[in-house]
Amino acid sequence: MKVIIDQDKCVASGQCVTAAADVFDQRDEDGIVVLLTDNPPEERAADIHQAAAVCPALAIVVED
Amino acid sequence: MTTPAYPMTRATGCPFDPPPQLRELQAEEPLTKVNIFGKDAWLVTRYDDQRTLLADPRLSSDVRQPGYPSPTGEPPRKDGVGIGFILMDDPEHARLRRMVTAPFMIKRIEAMRAGVQQIVDGLIDDLLAGPNPVDLVEAFALPVPSLVICRLLGVPYADHDFFQQNSKNLIRMSAAPEERAAAHGNLATYLDNLVGEKLENPADDLLSGLTERVKAGELTRQDAAGMGVLLLLAGHETTANMIALGTLALLEHPDQLAVLRETDDPKVVAGAVEELLRYLNITHNGRRRAVLEDIELHGHVLKAGDGVILPNDIGNRDPSVFADPDALDLSRDARRHVAFGFGVHQCLGQPLARLELQVVYSTLYRRIPTLRRAVGLEEIPFKHDGAVYGVYSLPVTW
Repeated sequence: MKVIIDQDKCVASGQCVTAAADVFDQRDEDGIVVLLTDNPPEERAADIHQAAAVCPALAIVVED
Repeated sequence: MTTPAYPMTRATGCPFDPPPQLRELQAEEPLTKVNIFGKDAWLVTRYDDQRTLLADPRLSSDVRQPGYPSPTGEPPRKDGVGIGFILMDDPEHARLRRMVTAPFMIKRIEAMRAGVQQIVDGLIDDLLAGPNPVDLVEAFALPVPSLVICRLLGVPYADHDFFQQNSKNLIRMSAAPEERAAAHGNLATYLDNLVGEKLENPADDLLSGLTERVKAGELTRQDAAGMGVLLLLAGHETTANMIALGTLALLEHPDQLAVLRETDDPKVVAGAVEELLRYLNITHNGRRRAVLEDIELHGHVLKAGDGVILPNDIGNRDPSVFADPDALDLSRDARRHVAFGFGVHQCLGQPLARLELQVVYSTLYRRIPTLRRAVGLEEIPFKHDGAVYGVYSLPVTW
């Protein structure tokens, strides 16, 4: 599973962090999404798909 | 067929459900024209369509665009005064929004949890020591977000009466245009003075952070004051109404209230907050947009210059997304709701709203387990005329 984020699209809503805090973080100065690992373990798949689904800016793409 | 008028009326005796006409349209005519203040606009009632369109840059949030369906019937001010970033498009929207995103980061909001808990506990202490019955709106639902947002922005809490009065007038749809303009003027003047003070004596708060941007020439003083008004308003009315209306909904669903009263699992509480957000939909007059370029949908063409209304109240009750959508079920996964909107304008303050609601819902009913309505449901005044739905008062006893 590969996770791709688009920081230019991100609106810093923090929804992804709420869904999977071990995969996504927010940059200190402006809250823009930071990926903690671009190859997260399979067992995190449900939460990561949830993060992509609730992202209001469609800034997260998951490739299975 | 005559074009239906929007907003539509809720069914008598169903204070939590969206208007039945919206439900019929969602089932039969997902895209339809409605009449709003004498003009036509497209009404989009299905969840998937709403999310697709709210993420489409061909729709504009700029209130000055032709076709933008004004929620009050008043034309926007052409000079741009009083137009916050919620009524702008990118790139200007993104530039301004990013100046205030940092204080609303999950980590920073989470660091406020103990402070918010202290505020909530203190207000419940006062409640228990004060008169019984009491109006929960005045004694608890309004002071919680008021204290929290004043602290975050750096507004002296001593001025909160002034804010509550003016913000009430500003968002009451039935207020005369002059009344609303006066309320906005009062808030703008106050915030402008406060920004002036913080330019001289900055502290560790959001408004002081904005004055740094003013000093750096990235923001005008007027824009900083305008952002203050926007955040203060957004922080007050929304959460206050979620607290009062949510409590009323839970009192009407004792089995669901028991879930919150009996758990100490933060995950259960967090899930309950999402479901209450989905179910209650306090921003019940729809997101508004103007079409910039033609968009085809369901065999219709939304033409450039048309207006679009996307009501989250019916979107969140779409049975294709949420099974048995009219049931309040705190155990369901409601996280995909659109109560905070969707797209680049999705609510900036949502982590703060979630924190406040989690603390309130996990504390109030445990500390006052016998909490109940002090009057009949038919005596509760609902805010049918408000930009934010809720109750004007909620007399409770215990």
